Amino acid sequence: MTTSTRPQNPAGDPRSAAPVQGYAGVAAARATELSKVYGQGETQVVALDRITVDFRQAEFTAIMGPSGSGKSTLMHCMAGLDSISQGSARIGDTELTSLKDKKLTQLRRDRIGFIFQAFNLLPTLNALENITLPMDIAGTKPDRAWLDRVIQTVGLADRLKHRPNQLSGGQQQRVAVARALAAKPEIIFGDEPTGNLDSRSGAEVLGFLRNSVRELGQTVVMVTHDPVAAAYADRVVFLADGRIVDDLMGPTADSVLERMKSLDARVRTS
Amino acid sequence: MLRTALRNVFAHKARLLMTMLAVLLGVAFVSGTLVFTSTISEAFHKSSQKGFAHVDVSVRQDNSDAPEGRGSVSPISQRTLERAGDLPGAKSATGVVSGFAALSDKDGKLVGDGFSTNGANYYAGDNGQGTDPRYPMKSGKAPRAPGQVALDAKTAERTGYKVGDTVRMSIDGPVREEKVTGVFTTDAGNVAAGGTLVLFDNASAQKLFAKPGEYTEIALAAQQGVSQTALKQQVEKILPAHAEAVTGKKLADDESKTIESSMSGMKTSLLAFAGIALFVGIFIIANTFTMLVAQRTKELALLRAVGASRRQVTRSVLIEALAVGTVAGLAGMAAGIGIGAALRTLVGKMGTMPSGPLVIEPSTVVTSLVVGVVVTVLAAWLPARRAAKIPPVAAMGSVHAPATTRSLVVRNTIGALFAGAGAALVLLATSMDDGKAPMGLGAGLLLIGVFVLTPLLSRPLIAAAAPVLRMFNVSGKLARQNAVRNPRRTAATASALMIGLTLITGLTVIANGVQKGIDKMASDSLKADYTISMANYTPLSPDVDKKLSSMDEVTATSPLRNTPAEIDGDTEYLTGVNGATIGKLASLDFRQGGWAGLSGGKKVVVDTETAKSKGWKLGSTFEVAYDDGKKGTFSVGGLYKGNQMMKGILADNASVTPHMAKVADMQILAKTKDGAGAKVKEALNKQLGNNPAVLVQDKKDVSEGVSQMISLMLNMLYGLLAMAVIVAVLGVINTLAMSVFERGQEIGMLRAIGLDRRGIKRMVRLESLVISLFGGVLGIGLGVFFGWAAGELIAGAGLDTYTLVLPWGRLGLFLALAALVGVLASLWPARRAARLNMLAAIKTE
Repeated sequence: MTTSTRPQNPAGDPRSAAPVQGYAGVAAARATELSKVYGQGETQVVALDRITVDFRQAEFTAIMGPSGSGKSTLMHCMAGLDSISQGSARIGDTELTSLKDKKLTQLRRDRIGFIFQAFNLLPTLNALENITLPMDIAGTKPDRAWLDRVIQTVGLADRLKHRPNQLSGGQQQRVAVARALAAKPEIIFGDEPTGNLDSRSGAEVLGFLRNSVRELGQTVVMVTHDPVAAAYADRVVFLADGRIVDDLMGPTADSVLERMKSLDARVRTS
Repeated sequence: MLRTALRNVFAHKARLLMTMLAVLLGVAFVSGTLVFTSTISEAFHKSSQKGFAHVDVSVRQDNSDAPEGRGSVSPISQRTLERAGDLPGAKSATGVVSGFAALSDKDGKLVGDGFSTNGANYYAGDNGQGTDPRYPMKSGKAPRAPGQVALDAKTAERTGYKVGDTVRMSIDGPVREEKVTGVFTTDAGNVAAGGTLVLFDNASAQKLFAKPGEYTEIALAAQQGVSQTALKQQVEKILPAHAEAVTGKKLADDESKTIESSMSGMKTSLLAFAGIALFVGIFIIANTFTMLVAQRTKELALLRAVGASRRQVTRSVLIEALAVGTVAGLAGMAAGIGIGAALRTLVGKMGTMPSGPLVIEPSTVVTSLVVGVVVTVLAAWLPARRAAKIPPVAAMGSVHAPATTRSLVVRNTIGALFAGAGAALVLLATSMDDGKAPMGLGAGLLLIGVFVLTPLLSRPLIAAAAPVLRMFNVSGKLARQNAVRNPRRTAATASALMIGLTLITGLTVIANGVQKGIDKMASDSLKADYTISMANYTPLSPDVDKKLSSMDEVTATSPLRNTPAEIDGDTEYLTGVNGATIGKLASLDFRQGGWAGLSGGKKVVVDTETAKSKGWKLGSTFEVAYDDGKKGTFSVGGLYKGNQMMKGILADNASVTPHMAKVADMQILAKTKDGAGAKVKEALNKQLGNNPAVLVQDKKDVSEGVSQMISLMLNMLYGLLAMAVIVAVLGVINTLAMSVFERGQEIGMLRAIGLDRRGIKRMVRLESLVISLFGGVLGIGLGVFFGWAAGELIAGAGLDTYTLVLPWGRLGLFLALAALVGVLASLWPARRAARLNMLAAIKTE
């Protein structure tokens, strides 16, 4: 298992309050002995089995694993979308397990950004309205300069008045990325964000995500099953049967594929 | 395909529930009406047969060969009765004399509202010592002498009167006090239906209701072995003039026919309201199936791709509708039978209906089922055709919510044409003399036009609500956009509510105008402080006028009495008034001439319409032939514009009364020294013996009476139209539930990025509110327009004091009702949306 602490490049981080990047001790989100169990008795399924993992600030982490490995469940639990059976999950210093639905919703609204595989946008709102939706919900005014910068970064300046059905799949997902970035969340979770895109649009979106980490100091955690997508990340966490089985820094598509193959073999033989 | 269709019904049972409920309610209303009316008819039929069990042949007055109104002299004398009794086929002959008799209860109130309260004779045979088989005594003795009466058992029970009590009653004005000597039971039809019957001794009854020695009817019982027709033939030989013989069977049949025709009026109006509810239901069913088909696009395309033909797809949707319609029809019928039974119990408790078994005719069962099935299948027809048009390739696409951006251009054009033509026709009709038919047509066209245009209207009208919705932040914004997202669906949902509110508003506006008009008419045309009449508007005895005019407080009175007279070969009615005082009591809009000369008995005043039809001018003279054969001549001394209170030919009583067979006043107008007031009214009532049968009313009482009647009628209509509103609520629930289902992923996403449950709930609620208020505004607007237009017609048709006054309070209430509908309808869908499992919603297939 790789445990290197590759130094990040925090150049261009506009956030004045941004802490020093790239040290293992500064976790944007942390799971400790996290378990998730579905059902009871004989039909009981353990989706996550005492997982302990840190997602570091200003790092782009990919979570990989075969189907049913629990990668999506881990993301849902960490993002406050799903309840936790045992253990602890934190966003910054906030313990999620102690929060009621209302507080949890507020936490998602104010501190977390989301990018889903599909159905990311409201068809009745135009691109700009979709981007500012989280602020609308919170009832706050967006930071104009930051918003312009985000829009510039994802290259949507001339599409802001378009409705989602007037945009291509790649453009729609870029709107979703912009939405996730616009509210300056502490962490962005992506659930197969390129799953519905062709390879070029996918590469575009992943490029933006990586740039947002490199240039804007954003923290991103992404679930994917695509080694090419995972190669955009700084770090890949591998899951199998609800456990973390590997952790790879500075991945390439080949190295990820290799690990996946060996994982598959292990799963099959186990 | 059948199996697929049925599987779909089961798969979507929750979503079809509201549709079923809508159909069920309509069908229940239909079958409830049918069951109730046939049960009542049957009960009345049985009771009238029982009521005529003692009568084989009846001899009664026959006015068909005499001019109208001249049969007031009874031609059936004691001699006719005796001769009838002597006929070989007759076992017994009973003389019958009957008429209105108002009985007062222990509190001095009128028993039975003055309508079905009758008096009759106790026929004790020729010697006056026998018993009357029609009226077996339950307790006490039959009335044998003046001052004695017997009461029917039901009335005795209701009022608490017992043998030995003294009761107060009135036949034509003056109060009579009689002693109850007996309580009897009877099968007479109107007693079974809640009426009251008071029996007098034979001579008293004749004096009160006919003339001494005369009867209004003879009831004959046949000897053993003599048929009703044979006896009738015998009787016909001894019939006096203006009389006819009728068999008991025919009497019973006639009575049931009368009952049936009065029932059928009620049945038709109830069925009309059921029809409205079902019509509203059509929108909901069509909406549901459209949504179901839209949701199943992929599934249906897959069926097409694997080789199902268009017809098979259409058929599978229609079979689904058929199944839904059948189940809803059956359930509706069961509910309807329940409604019928409940109504029967209710009416039975009020004592206005003879008891009988619940009647469920085969035709009721068939009608209910057919209505349920036909309505459902009809409503599903268009969605089914749309389903067939789904191309097989749609199965391959991965579109989640197919955009329904079909052009509305054709629809809007058609709608605009209909609405324009309809509005023009309605406007045109308001200026026509007899605009009923064009107005009805115009109203129909306008309503259809607005229906068709609702999708177009939804955007600007809902956009108008944006400033308010903005107060609710993001929830309000999303609600507004969701409401206009699918204009067709929003339109169909709102239309269902619109129909009910259009009718409710229109009726309210009209009723309000009519009441204002009547108030105005009463105050405009009457100078009198009081009008005095019988509670059931039968004639008053002339004693009443004498008593009133003898009072110190009363400065002027005038009776109004009608008498028929022949003028130029036509029978007309002369209204006799007190020519000396009428000028102080009534205020007529004279076009020419005036009251002058009326009291001399030489002149009359005539309304302009009668004058026009007779070709009279001021100063024209004409001859009249009275009922008693005498003649008279009048000249026209004044022409006035007729109104609802006064019209026709007004003449002085001095010239009219001598020719009347029986002097009777329809109404008395009275003016008092101090004007209307509680004390004066008390004094007048006291003078008339505090008689419950006589109504002493000032202008306020008249207008209150009218307003009570109108509000009673309105409340009944509101109750019936509530059905349509309930069905509309189901429609809103259905649409919202479907929308929530369809937008599950969106809602999940919103929850994920931080909209809390309250926000989601508020979003759904506001959408519902917006759609409901949209329907409400359209309905109220249309209702006001129709109310105004119908008012113009009513004003043109005679009530020219009709004034359009918009009942703002009521209109506000209706809008609030629409809002309430929205809030109530959204309760469940909003809860469902807030409870939606976020993860399941955002997970992709």
